[in-house]
Amino acid sequence: MAQNRHIEGSFHLTGGDFTNAGAASSELKSIMSHLNISPDLVRRAAIATFEAEMNVIIHAVAGVMYYLITPDLIKVVLNDMGPGIPDIEQAMQEGFSTAPDWIREMGWGAGMGLPNMKKNSDEFRVDSVVGEGTTVEIIIKIKEGKTQ
Amino acid sequence: MNIRDVVEALSLEVKTTKGDLEHRITGCYISDLLSDVMANAKEGEVWITLQTHPNIVAVAALKNLSGIIITNKRTPEEETMKKAEDERIVIAVSPLSTFEAGGMIYKILRC
Repeated sequence: MAQNRHIEGSFHLTGGDFTNAGAASSELKSIMSHLNISPDLVRRAAIATFEAEMNVIIHAVAGVMYYLITPDLIKVVLNDMGPGIPDIEQAMQEGFSTAPDWIREMGWGAGMGLPNMKKNSDEFRVDSVVGEGTTVEIIIKIKEGKTQ
Repeated sequence: MNIRDVVEALSLEVKTTKGDLEHRITGCYISDLLSDVMANAKEGEVWITLQTHPNIVAVAALKNLSGIIITNKRTPEEETMKKAEDERIVIAVSPLSTFEAGGMIYKILRC
């Protein structure tokens, strides 16, 4: 990637649209691969963004996934119009989920989404207002990030 | 070892036409929890599952898995097939149980 080049964009996400779930993350993955970002970072970003995208589709009415890629970092922010998370600490616990049974039958809702996002990010933040929505910020450092 | 070898050894029925049957298999992962596959499956592994809905294709594509085997006589949904052809992901089905399919693949890959 050329020095100081910033690439940004966004995807609209529709709650309940399971048919196209993963399309935004898949497109972002392909953008990152074309920028010659190392496969390990692309893999981590793909896992984190797909989990975040699924959360919007499972829980919210709609959302936006915004991305910014600079020579130093990959930043993805997901903003949704959803129910909000009353207790973020509890939601971050592995195994905790509020997903309904039919979502669990699809193999989602195992309470692994937020922990998976955190594990694959260098910086991770969740902000939420009950009744309004949730913002998730994922940052993966291109230089000096953690290696797995 | 590639997907074609596994298809032949387990007599799987390949449902897709565009996926790469020569895709090298590095291992196998068995799970019906999609987040678990997202977290723990590794690139090049073949994935055995009971899930048949379109999200399995997105998971396999994002994780660069070598293919999906659906066990217990289950068939992929129509939309799943469309996505699989678009993403060129191999989907094969089998009347075998997950235990039997996994056991046979373990033998091929590890013994």
